[in-house]
Amino acid sequence: MTVPKLETQQLKKQHTPNPGRKEKSALTKGLKQWGEVFPFIIIGLVGAAVFVIYPLIKGIIMSFQDYNIMPGADSPFVGLENYKQAFHDEQFRYAVRNTLLNTVVTVPINWILGLVFAVLINMQFIKYKITFRTLYYLPIITSWIVVAFLFRYLFADGENGLINYLLYNKLGIIDEPISWLQNQWTAMVVIWAFHIWKTVGWTIVIYLAALQGIPKELYEAASIDGANGLKLFKNVTIPLLGPVTIFVLINLVIGAFNIFPQVYFITNGGPIGQTEVLQSMIYKEAFNNFKFGYSSALGVMMGLTIFLITWTQQKKIGRQRFF
Amino acid sequence: MYTTKTSLFWKSVVYAVLIVGVAVFILPFIYMILTTFVDNAYTLPRPSEVFSVTPNLDNYETVWDKNNFFRYFLNSLLIAGVSMIGSLFLGAMTAYAFARFQFPFKEFLFRVFLFTMMIPVVLAIVPQFTVINSLGLVNTYAGLWLLYIGGGVVGSTFFLRGFFETIPKELEDSIRMDGGGNWRIFWNIYLPLSKPALGTMAIFSFSGTWDEYFVALTIIKDEAMRTLPIALMMFQGQHASNWAWIFAASIIALLPVVLVYIIFQKQFVKSGISEGSMKG
Repeated sequence: MTVPKLETQQLKKQHTPNPGRKEKSALTKGLKQWGEVFPFIIIGLVGAAVFVIYPLIKGIIMSFQDYNIMPGADSPFVGLENYKQAFHDEQFRYAVRNTLLNTVVTVPINWILGLVFAVLINMQFIKYKITFRTLYYLPIITSWIVVAFLFRYLFADGENGLINYLLYNKLGIIDEPISWLQNQWTAMVVIWAFHIWKTVGWTIVIYLAALQGIPKELYEAASIDGANGLKLFKNVTIPLLGPVTIFVLINLVIGAFNIFPQVYFITNGGPIGQTEVLQSMIYKEAFNNFKFGYSSALGVMMGLTIFLITWTQQKKIGRQRFF
Repeated sequence: MYTTKTSLFWKSVVYAVLIVGVAVFILPFIYMILTTFVDNAYTLPRPSEVFSVTPNLDNYETVWDKNNFFRYFLNSLLIAGVSMIGSLFLGAMTAYAFARFQFPFKEFLFRVFLFTMMIPVVLAIVPQFTVINSLGLVNTYAGLWLLYIGGGVVGSTFFLRGFFETIPKELEDSIRMDGGGNWRIFWNIYLPLSKPALGTMAIFSFSGTWDEYFVALTIIKDEAMRTLPIALMMFQGQHASNWAWIFAASIIALLPVVLVYIIFQKQFVKSGISEGSMKG
C-alpha cells in the first residue's frame, strides 16, 4: 500500500497536528476500502493477472531469449538477436508491407461506407431502421472460418466461381476468368474485400448510435435559423460526430493492424508468403516453426507500434464503451 | 439527417442505395444456402446449377452423421455456453467493483487493463499455453474455460464499467434502508438494470468463443474433445471440393450464434451508446 501516502501528503497540507496518526488512518481507510471491494474484484484481478498480464510480460521476456518450450531445456538470453533477425527476413518485410497496406486501404473505405450508410439509415423518412441495422450487422456475428470458406468459394478460379461468372460471363468486364487467389495482388483484393465486408457493420452501428444520440432540438434550432439539409449536416452533424469519429478511426486502425483470420483462412499467406501479415506470421513462427523467441519479438514490435499510434487517444477512449 | 421535405426521387435513391447494400451482405449467404442443396457437388458447382436447385436436407443429414459432427457441435455448445455465463458474471462483478467503489490504485489498475487491450493477442498465446500446462490443464475444458473467461475479463470489465456508471446511485437507497449490502445491490439493481449491456456482451462472448480456433487448437489435443471450428477446418481439408457438404456443415455451425443473436437482439438494439455515453 503506497498510494495512501499521496492522500496523506494532502492531509498534511491541511494542517495536521499529528501526522503519524493521520498516516495510519489513511492507510486504514485504504485497507478498509479494499476490504469492501475485495470480494467483487479479486477473481477478475487474478484472472487478468494470470491469463493476460503475466503472459504478456513473459512474452516480452521471451522475445530476448532463444526460447525452448521443452521442460527443463535451456532458454539462453540472446539480447536483441531476435529483433535484428527480423530486419533481414524477407517474410517480415512482406508481413509489414501487407499489414500497413491493409490499414491504408481498408480504414478509409470502411470509415466512409460506415458513415454514409449510418447517415442514410438515420434519415427521417426511412422505415425499418432496425431491420437494416440487423442485416448490416449480420456479417459481424458470423464465424470467420465460415465467411472465409464463403469468400474462397465466391472467388473460386475458372468460370464457375460466382465472381468470375458475374464479371466474365454476365457483364463481360474481364477478358478471362481471374485466378483470384493464385496471384499476389488479386489475392490481396480478396482479403481487403473480406475484411471490409466482415467489419463495416460495426462502423455503421456505432455511427448510427451516435447519430441517434444527437438531440433533435439542435436541428430544429438550426433550421429556424434558416439552415437547410446540407448545411445542417455540415454545421450540426459533422461537428457533433467528432469524438465518435476518433473512437471509430482508432478502432478501425487497431482492427486493420490485427488482421489475422482474414489472411490465415483465405490464403494462409500464399502465394509463396506474399500475402502474409504480421499476426499470421507471428502465429506460424511460433506454432509451425517453433521459433518462440523470434515470434515474441515480432509480437512486441507490433504491440509497440499499435500502442504508439493509439496512446495519445487512450485517455479519450478510456471511459467510452465499446459496442 | 433532419429534413422534413425530401422529394420522392431522393427517397427512392436512398432506399435503392440501402437495398444494394443489404444485397451485398445477404446475397453471398443466400448463394451459400443454395449451394447446400446441390447433389453430388464433387467439383465446384456451376452458378446456373446452384440457381436451379430444389431445397432438400440430404446434405445436412449426411454431414450431421459424418465425422462425429454432432459430437463436436455439443462440445462447442458446452464450451461456449459455460464461457459465456462465466464471462458475464465475472465481467459484471469486476465492472461493479470499478464502477461503484473507491479504493487505492483503482485508476492505475484500470489503466493496466486498458493497456493490455492494445496488445496483439497472439503474443500471449504461447505463455498462456505454458500457464495452462503448469496447472496440468492441457487437453481439458477447464483449461479452455480459464483462458476464455480469465482472458476475456479485461474486455468485459471495460465494456460494462461505463454502463454501470450511468446507473443512478439513488436507486441503492431502498436496498440500504432494508439493510441490504453490496451483494444485494449488485444482484437486485445493477444486474437487472444492465440487461441491454449484458445482452450485448452475451452476443459477443458467445460468438467469440463459439468461433475461437487458435487457442482451442493449442489446448485441446484429444480428437473427441475438439471444437466445431477445428472440426470444420479438418472437414474442409478432407472434402476440399465438396462445397455442398462444407456449407451444410457451416450452416449448422452458424445456427447457434444466429439464435443467440436473435434472442439477445432486442437488448442489443436498446443497448446503448445511444444513451449518450459516447460524448467523449
